[in-house]
Amino acid sequence: MEPGGNYGEEKDIKLTKLARCAGCGAKVGAGVLEKLLTGISVLRDPDLLVGFDTSDDASVYRISEELALVQTVDFFPPIHDDPYIFGQIAAANALSDIYAMGGEPRLALNIMAVPEKMPQDAVHEILRGGYEKAYEAGVIISGGHSILDDEPIYGLAVTGFADPRRVIRNSTAREGDILILTKPLGTGILTTAAKADLTGPETMKRAVGLMTVLNKAARDIMVRHKVNACTDVTGFSLLGHCLEMAQGSGTELHIDTAAVDIIPEALELARLGILPEGMYRNRDFAEAFVDPGDVSLCIQDVLYDPQTSGGLLMAVDPADADALFSELKGAVPSAQRIGRVERYRGGKRLFLASADLRSKTSD
Amino acid sequence: MIDARGQSCPIPVVMVQEAVKREGFPAELRVLVDARVCVENITRFASFQGYTVSVEEASGEYTMTLKRK
Repeated sequence: MEPGGNYGEEKDIKLTKLARCAGCGAKVGAGVLEKLLTGISVLRDPDLLVGFDTSDDASVYRISEELALVQTVDFFPPIHDDPYIFGQIAAANALSDIYAMGGEPRLALNIMAVPEKMPQDAVHEILRGGYEKAYEAGVIISGGHSILDDEPIYGLAVTGFADPRRVIRNSTAREGDILILTKPLGTGILTTAAKADLTGPETMKRAVGLMTVLNKAARDIMVRHKVNACTDVTGFSLLGHCLEMAQGSGTELHIDTAAVDIIPEALELARLGILPEGMYRNRDFAEAFVDPGDVSLCIQDVLYDPQTSGGLLMAVDPADADALFSELKGAVPSAQRIGRVERYRGGKRLFLASADLRSKTSD
Repeated sequence: MIDARGQSCPIPVVMVQEAVKREGFPAELRVLVDARVCVENITRFASFQGYTVSVEEASGEYTMTLKRK
């Protein structure tokens, strides 16, 4: 009955049943967040290099010419029934925001809410998953805070460091840059399907493998190349994060959907209407800025699928794209060259086409 | 009539899929749901299966009528 559940007598507890939404699908919509913060006064500081205004992954504060503090926080309700796996995914996902800035995570604090009736073994397993991922990342968990709540949550507040001159924002893509993505899409759909036991064990294993892989290797390779902009693809979906990149950089992005690696089962499930609520939220937010071209509805749905612990989306200088791509290949779950950055012509920001990009730009 | 009220996503769309299979692609199917996401998901599934979908909303509940094209 209990997939992966190994905490003794409490086999009847299904962790994801305690969650109202799955993983990053639980994120407040991007448009809503913006409205919630309007009219609130904030301090200005020239050393705050990256703040809230460009919807970036983490904030960056300059301490000296050579050193900047990079900070982020991320947590969500159970995305998997195995508490150990849930802990791993939540930690990998939280650490990812530091990697997306080109930074190195160093310290983290646990954030946790647990129901009173939740077995201690399960709580321990969540933490074990989190600590193991932190250890793998070279991060010390130095403390944390936990509360009692009906819905369990887990995540980390992460502090890292970066060279302030080499911080990679999401808002600095340049015309001509090539877009590279480092993980396949579809984890939001698969975790939704898992709630109704619609995903086979092999597929779920693959999805778990993707969500627990740190974006560390992708980051370590990225910082050696001329990557002008980067973000991690999470709750706002590929297109949501692409839109933030396009708007922030004053550009438009052209995406070759045939080049986007989609987990095949996720596409099948999209056809069956097994889609998370977050997909519709992402669509509502971004759709007005998207020209879907000739791309089918179910592929579009996957591009709007909220990802948990997704890959890095990089905008790399075209002269360095081949070198970056060949280094990434084999080092990340799936290196894909998915499109390019163009001069903004007004109107839509994202252009989808399943055809070859070169023939697309010639018309 | 499939009553999928109170069921969290994706159970309602799964209930419709099972009904379509069980009844061998019926000419018409009516579904009652209480969340917008369920309406959207069922519409996606039904359209791909060659059904037209009409939806009536009354006080937060949606009555969906699926008709085979």
